[in-house]
Amino acid sequence: MKKIMENLYLVLVFLFLFLPIAVLILFSFNTSKLNIVFQGFTFHWYFDLFQNRTLLEALFHTLIVAGVSTVISVIVGTISAYGLHKYSFKGKNLINGLLYIPVVIPEIVLGIALLSVYTLLELELGLFTLILAHICFCIPFVIISVRSVLEGMDPHIEEVASDLGASKFQIFTKIVIPMLMPGILSGAQLALTLSLDDVVISYFTAGPGANTLPLQVYSMIKTGITPDVNALITIMLGIVFIILTISTVVQLRRFKKESSV
Amino acid sequence: MKKVILKIEGLKKSFGSKEVIKDFDLNIYEGEFLTLLGSSGCGKTTILRMIAGLDSVTEGHIYIDEKEVTTLDPKYREVNTIFQNYALFPLMTVEENIGFGLKMKKVDKKVIKQRVQEMLELVHLQGYEKRMPKELSGGEQQRVSIARALINKPKVLLLDEPLSALDQKLRKSMQLELKQLQKKLGITFIYVTHSQDEALTMSDRIVLLKDGKIEQVDTPIKIYEHPNSLYTAQFLGESNLFTGTVSVVDEKYTLVNVDDQVLKILSQKWKVDDSLDIILRPENIKIDVKNKQENVLEGKIVESIYDGASTKLMIRVQKRLISAMYLGNDKLYSKGQVVSVSWDIEDAIVLKRDVYEK
Repeated sequence: MKKIMENLYLVLVFLFLFLPIAVLILFSFNTSKLNIVFQGFTFHWYFDLFQNRTLLEALFHTLIVAGVSTVISVIVGTISAYGLHKYSFKGKNLINGLLYIPVVIPEIVLGIALLSVYTLLELELGLFTLILAHICFCIPFVIISVRSVLEGMDPHIEEVASDLGASKFQIFTKIVIPMLMPGILSGAQLALTLSLDDVVISYFTAGPGANTLPLQVYSMIKTGITPDVNALITIMLGIVFIILTISTVVQLRRFKKESSV
Repeated sequence: MKKVILKIEGLKKSFGSKEVIKDFDLNIYEGEFLTLLGSSGCGKTTILRMIAGLDSVTEGHIYIDEKEVTTLDPKYREVNTIFQNYALFPLMTVEENIGFGLKMKKVDKKVIKQRVQEMLELVHLQGYEKRMPKELSGGEQQRVSIARALINKPKVLLLDEPLSALDQKLRKSMQLELKQLQKKLGITFIYVTHSQDEALTMSDRIVLLKDGKIEQVDTPIKIYEHPNSLYTAQFLGESNLFTGTVSVVDEKYTLVNVDDQVLKILSQKWKVDDSLDIILRPENIKIDVKNKQENVLEGKIVESIYDGASTKLMIRVQKRLISAMYLGNDKLYSKGQVVSVSWDIEDAIVLKRDVYEK
């Protein structure tokens, strides 16, 4: 009896978590235009999707913004984290504290703030301002995630490297970066996901020509969401799933290799 | 006279307002095994780090092979350091770890491979090339870190408590191995440790540090048998201390009043009314020896402590607790037994008590 209850509990939790996604996938194959009843199976919406220019353009923008802002925030964030960890200077604690502000601040505040700055600087809203905004909220996440790895690192390792004749640059690229990889990757993952599905900040900083996918879907609510959005989301889910599977398998293999000794 | 490979002049180091090293001068000779010994916080590691260039020098000069290196970057100093926690590069194989120094010097890959092989042979780790540091035991990791340092043919090898993370048995065998390695290669070793056993068994010379200053520099035998201060005597080995005042001095012997007893010591430069510390090592204390006339005290066994190959005794002599030891583990004395305690007159270490020192 206890066993049954335990299993039931598990099933319910998983249903709660994954039912909405399952419904979405299901309706991407629905012949009816309405997301209410399932009438029959079709690939129609997938063909439709590739005709829908606005949606594809929005997807393209999203990928550009997410890609660029992830790369830049990972580079800037990693170097900052290293600097903040390694060197002591006046106001270091203050900076460390300030880092958390973009993390905890309501998105709408950051969105409005960025918009005011752009207006002040007379920057024309577009992809550029959007990327800038995304970099701004991604950097702290990268710094925090990289720093957690740095804190567990043996400081003697860098000293040994310099003792053995490595320059500061060589130490950073050949020793530190590879050791920080887990932190850098998880920071990148965070930045990528945050950027991919951001609505609020993008809403303020995107401008007319730079519609992203979340913004597009959001604006479609008013006119009714077409099933080709479901198809698009399903494809994206599929890609995410494949990436996740690969990274899990790689990690599992590494874990097995390490623990087999 | 041997060649001076490392010369340290008037070295000082402060962290903020705290002076950690105060005026440290030392010449270290080629091929020497020198140990920096001291309790934790005495500055021994700081000195090592300044030699390596990992900590800056506040004042003073360091010369390696007659070349001043005081402000030189670590990568240009012909010394290498071995750390207590090995600090192997975790993502590199044993081979890559050992070859790192040569790779930084842009040595030809074939040469590196060959030199790595030689090093692996030297530290008895043939066949370990492709292993990762995580797959090695503590002792093996330490061997890799030794090989990684020695491949650069340093003029001086600095070792910062390299064996303290190993278990007792491994530590003993590594001590021997390090000593043999040093003799074989003829490289100068500067070895930092807080363990007096390690210092006594391995070193050619010991530098005993106290609060950032040299207390005594000598060979292990001299520093143990002829300490020049009470601190040195008590830091190295166990000691029984008698404090007294000289009452009679003649050509051969001096008599010292200790509490209400009179002890006899060899005359040296002592004068009447001098305050003296008389130090006796437990292994020199003799129990129930017949035909002894001088320095025979009566005591009662308080404790007999089994210590494997030897036995330790705690004996109460009046107010004083004296520790003695004998080889073997037969229980010769029982608690409460009354015994006589004595020693050979030349075994007593006698120091003049400095009036300014507490």
